[in-house]
Amino acid sequence: MNIFKKIILTVLASLLLIGNVYADKITIGTEGAYPPWNSKDASGALIGFEVELAKELCAIMNHECTIVEQDWDGMIPALLMRKFDAIMAGMSITAERQKTITFSQGYADEVAALAVMKGSSLEGMDTPAGIGLSSPNSDAKKALKTIKAALAGKTVCTQTGTIHQNFLESGDVGKVNVRTYKTQDEVNLDLVAGRCDVALAAAVAFTDYAEKSGKSVVLVGPTFSGGAFGNGVGVGMRQGGSDTIGKRDAKLLKDFNKAINTARKEGIISKLAIKHFGFDASM
Amino acid sequence: MATSLPKLLSAAVVTLKLLSLSLIFGLAIGLLFAILRLNKNPIINKFAYGYSYIFRGTPLLVQIFIIYFGLGQIEYFRSTFLWVVFKEPYWCAIIAFALNTGAYTSEILRSAFQTIKPGIIEAGKSLGISNKIIFYKIQIPVAIRQSLPAYGNEIILMMKGTSLASTVTIMDLTGAAKHIVSTTYKPLEVFLLAGGIYLFMTFLIHNLIKYLEKKYSFQ
Repeated sequence: MNIFKKIILTVLASLLLIGNVYADKITIGTEGAYPPWNSKDASGALIGFEVELAKELCAIMNHECTIVEQDWDGMIPALLMRKFDAIMAGMSITAERQKTITFSQGYADEVAALAVMKGSSLEGMDTPAGIGLSSPNSDAKKALKTIKAALAGKTVCTQTGTIHQNFLESGDVGKVNVRTYKTQDEVNLDLVAGRCDVALAAAVAFTDYAEKSGKSVVLVGPTFSGGAFGNGVGVGMRQGGSDTIGKRDAKLLKDFNKAINTARKEGIISKLAIKHFGFDASM
Repeated sequence: MATSLPKLLSAAVVTLKLLSLSLIFGLAIGLLFAILRLNKNPIINKFAYGYSYIFRGTPLLVQIFIIYFGLGQIEYFRSTFLWVVFKEPYWCAIIAFALNTGAYTSEILRSAFQTIKPGIIEAGKSLGISNKIIFYKIQIPVAIRQSLPAYGNEIILMMKGTSLASTVTIMDLTGAAKHIVSTTYKPLEVFLLAGGIYLFMTFLIHNLIKYLEKKYSFQ
């Protein structure tokens, strides 16, 4: 056997070993660009509600955790390719996503909202404060009609691959001109620049931006929940299987569910939610 | 797979539109700046050199971001009539692409002008043809023919460069592929398909240039 073969085999063997040392070590993927859920500080370190919650959950599970960054549009493919074991990235539990991955129980809930720049003609829309879309009542249906009329011919901006995009493309508010962006940051920039007449995202994403940037971004219309907006935010994980990795995934899911129960009972989730959102978004 | 192909093909039409408009504007810019580069006035030719230096020396992605996100941040700029054009992602992309390919095209054409044998121009002069006619009827056609192989490469590079339009919300071939991946979570299949379509477009452009080279060969 020549020396090169030896080197290659050694490298391959060590790669396999690295892959197998995950007995109690798990990797969690987050976006780092969706404050206050998850973001980065000036030095590039990951911060936010989910980063702190992940650390708490790992402590409860007694797992050693690494939190890594992943662009939103590659989040689920990266999970499936085993770049990490779990997603904690403000990802709502939806039936659409459950076709591909599985979720732990929800740990927090968010409402979505439309936002415009102050002075927009869309301000003062006559709708209830919030509507649920799981089984919309007459008020919700009326509100959807009002929104449909208001959005006609407008450019609505949102982040790609989100529940917000799904909702806009679902037809519930008619055929709208949707423009999708890689990150919420870019949505905010174009809303301020006036390229977007209106934007849709988690309500907190706009209020957080308005507060930090000082721009006059205001919420309009009702807040949305249920239906296309899913049932809260949970830990996204691979669907377990019968092989070694599948079994490990299934066990990890149980661990996460247990840890979330514990964290909820001990008030950890509420405390972190109030710290980052300004209200108790825990569930 | 079967459902994404028609979507990708119609997005490929967007890519071709972006490419052709960028090339038309880029060729005009390139020709203008190639001529400015050859001007004897140092201010004019330094200016032309500066333009080509800046646009060839910075990444196309950065140029798009400056034109799209950067200019949009300036409040004064948004109040000018230019905003009508710069408000649209489509035109921002075309402006960035045209300025970029224009810089490369100007270099290609400049070197083609410089390699024209003086004998050809002298032959024209000896026949009493005016300098203006020599320039339009001899120098420009010969330079364009000379630069065909290099320009063919530039077209292919630009075609691949148009994939950056997807970063400013345009649903070109890459944008549509990303959009499909965001709902199907099957990056391998979709991007392979998109890559195949790009490869096919390269094949068409390559053969078109080869055909033109043959048709307008000097032999």
